Amino acid sequence: MQNRIDQLFAAKQHGVLNIYCTAGFPELNDTLPVMTALQQHGADLIELGMPFSDPLADGPVIQDSGTRALKNGMSLHKLFEQLDGFRDRIHVPVILMGYLNPVLLYGVEAFVKKCAEVGVDGIILPDLPMAEYEADYKAVFEKYNVHLIFLVTPETTEARIHKLDSLSKGFLYAVSSSSTTGKDKDMSHQQAYFERLQQLKLQNPVLIGFGIKDKATFDTACRYTNGAIIGTAFIKAIEQSKDIDSSVRTFIGAIKN
Amino acid sequence: MDIAIDTSKSRYQVDKNGYYGRFGGAYVPEMLFPNVDELQRKYMEVLSDPSFQQEFESLLRDYVGRPSPLYFAKRLSEKYKAKIYLKREDLNHTGAHKINNTIGQILLAKRLGKSRIIAETGAGQHGVATATVCALMGMECVVYMGSIDIERQAPNVSRMKMLGATVVAATSGSQTLKDATNEAIRDWINNPVDTHYILGTAAGPHPYPDMVARLQSVISEEIRKQLLEKTGSELPDYVVACIGGGSNAAGAFFHYLDEDAVKLVAVEAGGKGVHSGHSAATTQLGKIGIIHAAKTLLMQTEDGQITEPYSISAGLDYPGIGPMHAHLYETGRAMFLDATDEEALAAGYELSKLEGIIPAMESAHALAKLKDIPFNADDVVVVCLSGRGDKDLNTYIRHMNK
Ligand SMILES: Cc1ncc(COP(=O)(O)O)c(C=O)c1O
Repeated sequence: MQNRIDQLFAAKQHGVLNIYCTAGFPELNDTLPVMTALQQHGADLIELGMPFSDPLADGPVIQDSGTRALKNGMSLHKLFEQLDGFRDRIHVPVILMGYLNPVLLYGVEAFVKKCAEVGVDGIILPDLPMAEYEADYKAVFEKYNVHLIFLVTPETTEARIHKLDSLSKGFLYAVSSSSTTGKDKDMSHQQAYFERLQQLKLQNPVLIGFGIKDKATFDTACRYTNGAIIGTAFIKAIEQSKDIDSSVRTFIGAIKN
Repeated sequence: MDIAIDTSKSRYQVDKNGYYGRFGGAYVPEMLFPNVDELQRKYMEVLSDPSFQQEFESLLRDYVGRPSPLYFAKRLSEKYKAKIYLKREDLNHTGAHKINNTIGQILLAKRLGKSRIIAETGAGQHGVATATVCALMGMECVVYMGSIDIERQAPNVSRMKMLGATVVAATSGSQTLKDATNEAIRDWINNPVDTHYILGTAAGPHPYPDMVARLQSVISEEIRKQLLEKTGSELPDYVVACIGGGSNAAGAFFHYLDEDAVKLVAVEAGGKGVHSGHSAATTQLGKIGIIHAAKTLLMQTEDGQITEPYSISAGLDYPGIGPMHAHLYETGRAMFLDATDEEALAAGYELSKLEGIIPAMESAHALAKLKDIPFNADDVVVVCLSGRGDKDLNTYIRHMNK
């Protein structure tokens, strides 16, 4: 079967909306209801955060969501339990995002195999070095047809962007500014960087993430690339929610209309 | 000065890929790649530069007060029936070994054209040493410190502020050294161009463990010369050091790593006892994993979440150890012991009464194991007295009458 991420981009090249949510948040068993609502109300891709005690690339909002999920009892084993059978209900592509340490302890091959079994399509591990992936893990990911997605930033050199693009599968994650997640940096300064990405003729579709928080920032990102990723703003929208479905509908409605 | 010596033949030093055996590396997100890559490419060139070495050496001599004395502790030696020498890093300006590293790194930061300095601190000694060199060089300085440590090391917080640094409380997680380091790394991600991160221990992504070890290697370079003068041999039977992330131990061990005759002893913080659930004895409790962008031994749950360590000593309250030490542990090159809070307190009191020296709580952990090592009467033992105890008076006093 073709990877669902590739199917998505084959069918849709513009305005792809990827929403990030921490698994096991706001409550332990909200993982599936949140995913269901995201699909229902128009997210094209779902990025599920695997909570970690020391998320170095995340700002306070996503950190706190992870801390809360861990307090709720979330773990990798729990997450795979929750995802068991989810493909009966959810057909949009799903990506797991997290940090390398829990995955190493789980065992990289066991983890990737499990992802393939439950129906996860891609993985983002920001602290997995490109060289180590290429030497040790690329074959494993390919064997199970699970895509590893790399990040680039405004400080990444052109040669390195090409190298990361050649290793990345599914799409390339363009971090909008050099920052942790949830920083309000002014996107107008990033224009030159977005234009540069556009001109590089990359082999993968590109999604912009970090700092995308509303319709205006989403539309700006979509002018340059295939779509964008929203995390912090979505976490804020559901953290106090009494009715997940209606919060998700309102949130996505405001971005798409 | 030997800070840039070729270590490629050593069995225990970093390899060309930034690893010590299976430990080390640089597991950084792409946002940090340019900074870490720049350091990897340039640190040896800078450290080898004669003008760098000259400036480093002259500041160590005239500003820090090096060489630090190697003191024969007569009464301590009588008590433990060995010839015990103390390497007096406590007599350095700012009161600990930490300043050796910060002087080196601020000179490096200047050469890299950086204008803003960030640091993490546990005991506050590295924070003070960083604030000090920033004042000296007129650079902006932000120090991250866990809120619990801000409380238990209050005198050092005031010192940093007086020196002009901004102290930012790390309020996440266990609110100690691990969390302060997370916040410093996040700051660096958010300020990728103008900022240098002066990491205070021999941990973190390559090249930090090797760079910090080299800048601290003056400790063992001096010990060799001083021992030769005092005993006729450069080689002691034992070198003993406490280990948080491992910078004073790395400095004290550096020029002895390939001298098989010299036994290396690293002392970790046992807290309330290794199996009490309140400990920071990483080699006993840890498994291989990634902490602060290095592959090393660390304390973690079965799910790979990093656990919150405990030690009475803020400088040792860290759930990992530097990759060099993980390798020394795994290869058996160094012996790893642990000292409990109680043992360290007792050792701190003992040194004060026997030798008139109040040691830092961290250093007291190293002293605490003298009673457990089976010395011969003519064994020459060097203990790295990494810092002085002024910052810990509150802790000592609180336990005085127990
Ligand atoms: C006096 C002293 N010794 C030792 C340490 C532990 O650090 P390291 O293991 O890097 O030497 C500290 C850390 O704050 C310290 O202040």
